[in-house]
Amino acid sequence: MSWFTKAFSTTIGRKLVMSLTGIFLILFLIEHLIGNLLLLNGDGGLAFNEFAHFMKYNRLIQIGEVVLFGGFLFHIIDGIILIRKNRKSRPVQYAVSNKSEVTSWASKLMGPFGIIILVFLIVHMYDFFRFKYFSPVADMPGTDISDLASLVYIKFQSVGYVAFYVIAMAVVGFHLYHGFQSAFQTLGVNHVKYSPIIKGLGVLYSIVVPLGMALIPIIIYINHITQQI
Amino acid sequence: MLNLLNEAINRTGIKADKTIKNLNMNLTLKIWRQKNQNDKGGFESYQVSDVSPDMSFLEMIDVLNEDLVKEDKDPVHFDHDCREGICGTCSMVINGRPHGPKEGITTCQLHMRSFSDGDHITIEPWRAKAFPVIKDLVVDRTSFDRIQQAGGYVSVNTGGAPDANEIPIPKRIADEAFDAATCIGCGACVAACKNASAMLFVSAKVSQLAMLPQGQVERKTRVEKMVAQMDEEGFGACTNTGACAAECPKGIDLSNIARLNREYIGAKLKSENVS
Repeated sequence: MSWFTKAFSTTIGRKLVMSLTGIFLILFLIEHLIGNLLLLNGDGGLAFNEFAHFMKYNRLIQIGEVVLFGGFLFHIIDGIILIRKNRKSRPVQYAVSNKSEVTSWASKLMGPFGIIILVFLIVHMYDFFRFKYFSPVADMPGTDISDLASLVYIKFQSVGYVAFYVIAMAVVGFHLYHGFQSAFQTLGVNHVKYSPIIKGLGVLYSIVVPLGMALIPIIIYINHITQQI
Repeated sequence: MLNLLNEAINRTGIKADKTIKNLNMNLTLKIWRQKNQNDKGGFESYQVSDVSPDMSFLEMIDVLNEDLVKEDKDPVHFDHDCREGICGTCSMVINGRPHGPKEGITTCQLHMRSFSDGDHITIEPWRAKAFPVIKDLVVDRTSFDRIQQAGGYVSVNTGGAPDANEIPIPKRIADEAFDAATCIGCGACVAACKNASAMLFVSAKVSQLAMLPQGQVERKTRVEKMVAQMDEEGFGACTNTGACAAECPKGIDLSNIARLNREYIGAKLKSENVS
């Protein structure tokens, strides 16, 4: 191993990978949310479809997408390696576990939440992302761009699917609640002035972004129901 | 004894508000017993009676052990030394918490008044791959020594002793370094961490030297070597839950872990070590 890969293979090194990719994925979520909000534009999905078209054919975005995949991959693989290492570090568990109140339960469940998000991600990729490249959908009537919005509108007509999506977003929220501030601590950012700001931003982000993501399918579902009536 | 006292009070004719009550407790202990490293081990229950609330937790186990010896049974083995909260030896997880229910103390500083008559108390050893159980509640913490030996030292020139205040150090830095240096290496951080991570210990040991001028010579190699040794011993990674700092008897805080991360990043970026 070179000095470079070695630096990222120690426990701290792997945590650095988790932290850097985590912050990158946090930034990605903002872009994803903004894109998704176009679904509620009230234009039958035109703005969303145009956005999706741009995201598919823009060269810079294509490169960005490869980097994004790398970010996910490293975050997931290093996460799994760390979970396994951490489990091995305590072969015999305590009979009584009664840890102090200061630790948030979100922080103790980062691994399990991560696994749940991974399962959601696989379903999510299968249900939506594959239509971007692998299973092209029909064009929007009167345009020459793929009608991905209709696909989304139809998916969220099922209450079960909406519930699954909302629960997954709650889990993402808990993962972010601890992950946001933890990423900065891992990078060594701990300052009397800035740490409280980072913590506050983390709490705000972990509520606003998943809530925004979860509201979209709920609104689509409500629109669907009211239109039926 | 108490009856005699109460009788004496009655004889004086003084109207006492209360008669002196027997505050001594009867407890049920569930203690981890393990013959040696290879033994599978298991819990055994013991009754201890007439425990004074003024006893320390270790004295309470001493009483139990005296009874066990009288009964010709193997006493419960546990680590202890100074019994005044500075050696960090008295490792035991009491009802799921390292060093028991109180904050900022070691087991020897825990008094039985923290418990009530009839309590059931579960006592376990530190649980970590890097802290194998030697016998009962005694664990092998030499992994901490090896981490220290890997880099937790400073170079000192030979010759006459320099003046104590020759090198100016800002008060705040001196205080922070001293706070880190109060780590007694007890291992409660490892015991409390869900990953059995030694990050708080290593961060304290790296911090106390990295902040001071005397620690600059080995600054980069120190953090690289100590982290490498920490990994080799099989400690887990840090999830930043804060359980370690909450259980630390010396109040070492999480800012030290951030500093360790900074030291690590700095060393990996700047050191000329490519091995």
